[in-house]
Amino acid sequence: MSQPTIAVPTPKRPQGVDRTQLRWPLGFTVAAVVVVVFYGFILPFLVPGVRGWVQDWLPISEINVALIWAMSALGLNIVVGYAGLLDLGYVAFWALGGYTTAWLMSDFGFGGKVNFNIFGSPGAASTTGIHLNLVLVFLAAAGVCALFGVIIGAPTLRLRSDYLALVTLGFGEIIPQIFRNGDEDGLGFNLTNATLGIGPIDSMTFVRINRGDVVVGKLNVFDHVGRFILFSLLTALIIFVSLRLRQGRLGRAWLAIREDELAASAMGVPLMRAKLAAYAVGAIAGGIGGVAYALHLGRMLPDPFTFAVSITLLAMVVLGGMGNVWGVLLGALMISWFNSTGLPQIGDSFNSAFGTNVNFPSFNFLIFGGVLVLMMLFRREGLLPESRTRLVLHEGEAGDTQAEEPEQELVDETTVKSGDVK
Amino acid sequence: MTMLDVSGISVYYGNIAAVKDLSLQVNQGEIVTLIGSNGAGKSTTLRTISGLLKPRSGHIVFDGRKIEGIPAHDIVRLGLAQSPEGRRIFPRMSVAENLDLGAYLRNDKAGIAEDQERMLELFPRLRERIAQKAGTLSGGEQQMLAVARALMARPKLLLLDEPSMGLAPVLVDVIFATIKRIRETGTTVLVVEQNARAALSVADRAYVLESGSIKLSGPARELRNDPEIAKAYLGG
Repeated sequence: MSQPTIAVPTPKRPQGVDRTQLRWPLGFTVAAVVVVVFYGFILPFLVPGVRGWVQDWLPISEINVALIWAMSALGLNIVVGYAGLLDLGYVAFWALGGYTTAWLMSDFGFGGKVNFNIFGSPGAASTTGIHLNLVLVFLAAAGVCALFGVIIGAPTLRLRSDYLALVTLGFGEIIPQIFRNGDEDGLGFNLTNATLGIGPIDSMTFVRINRGDVVVGKLNVFDHVGRFILFSLLTALIIFVSLRLRQGRLGRAWLAIREDELAASAMGVPLMRAKLAAYAVGAIAGGIGGVAYALHLGRMLPDPFTFAVSITLLAMVVLGGMGNVWGVLLGALMISWFNSTGLPQIGDSFNSAFGTNVNFPSFNFLIFGGVLVLMMLFRREGLLPESRTRLVLHEGEAGDTQAEEPEQELVDETTVKSGDVK
Repeated sequence: MTMLDVSGISVYYGNIAAVKDLSLQVNQGEIVTLIGSNGAGKSTTLRTISGLLKPRSGHIVFDGRKIEGIPAHDIVRLGLAQSPEGRRIFPRMSVAENLDLGAYLRNDKAGIAEDQERMLELFPRLRERIAQKAGTLSGGEQQMLAVARALMARPKLLLLDEPSMGLAPVLVDVIFATIKRIRETGTTVLVVEQNARAALSVADRAYVLESGSIKLSGPARELRNDPEIAKAYLGG
């Protein structure tokens, strides 16, 4: 039976469901699966030479570290790239997220004063401490960081950008100092165990495959591969939220503020609320990065939280391309790899090839600074720039002749309507 | 009906009074202009009305509500939109995105699309430039965009700060002709101008501001023929 061929108009897709929006989750998943399969199932069976080479140049533990940097850099991108607020103390949120994890997922319990277990996974010998489920820890860290983002933001966001940068710098110094000195507050309450740090952080098994009573396979946060899966999911979540926010009303408000605060408020953009939202969302991403960092280290110490971390994160955002999620992701992965594995490995190769004994990793900030200077000279917009930034930075270089067009043209067209003026 | 009633406001920058005991009224459907020379306090007055500055004393009533001390973004919500001094378009956004931001507080997608169409009708030049970055527009086009962007909020009262600034004389006429057309569509307009001739040619009433106080006020037609005004503001 043949049907008459009437062209049925295809129903319009509701707004927001766009095929191009499915492209990146697909690519991201494929990349993550490739990494998991390679490191989980292929690498152990490779010839020792190849295996050793991979483990030297791109160990999965460093991929995990790179993802931690990426999460935080993406969070900083919301503050700096989207809303245009310079933050020099972002490391504070990383530390807060990390310590929240240590408080809520270890035997520490503030010196054994607080002890309980909510779906947690304390070690077999554990008798004290707070043991929360990892999911709850993430929520708690997000809450703590958002709160502190607002606390630091509320009094300071009225300041102009240079002053704001200075205040955030102070915040980034104060918070780690509190963690460093937080073993004695005068009341006998041990907040952070000072330089000894808090640990070990509970192991958390999230997939366990049993055959009868025998565990045949499990993934836990102390497996590199298990952590990789968790971290890539978190990174994907932050990317997703970044992209969605960007398209929404809040994203437009941030852009407007970045472009021109006064004009934005004349359009009805609530400046304080929008800036605070940027701070809070950025802080949450930084906090999630902090939780991931705590899981990675397995122990929380005050030492890693230095000004250099804030600067490195900022460099990732700027080098990658401020405001562009993919640029920032690329910048974070590249710089993190370069710092952790790339530079030492290149140095070793160089030294063994030329018989020298140069300590390359100690030059990392020199190289870093040099690259930044070169970038600012030749590619200020970053590796993968946001289209707007590129436009402004290269104004007047090429294809920008519209501005010079004489105004006379406009007049010809509209003089008819202006007849009633005189 | 009085739409905007400013009574006895004084505005200070530190200890310096920029505006002293200033009162003015704008009635529904009017074009009112506030003219004066550089530094007379015109922009200060406008910024105070739109909530960017707070008056030290006095009251501002818009549409029956006291608005002094309300933050700028909430005043926009009440139906009072402004095109700020120096245009202040968003240079790195396209013309369409600029218009879209003008409607930031609105949620009616259909109405916003409709209004954008109306704006492109009012300013045909913007239609040609719709996808172009606003920073690449000419001065006149940017001014049109600034006015159109403010109108996208569907204001009851439109505040314009020096729309003629930096424009060629013939373009100034175009802008003021458009202001007349805007009033015809039911929007009340308060325009602050240094270019008294252009402003008085379209306004119904005018206030003359001098060192922070109203010096003269009346129907624009009368002021245009006032010899003193002619001498001081219209170049003789």
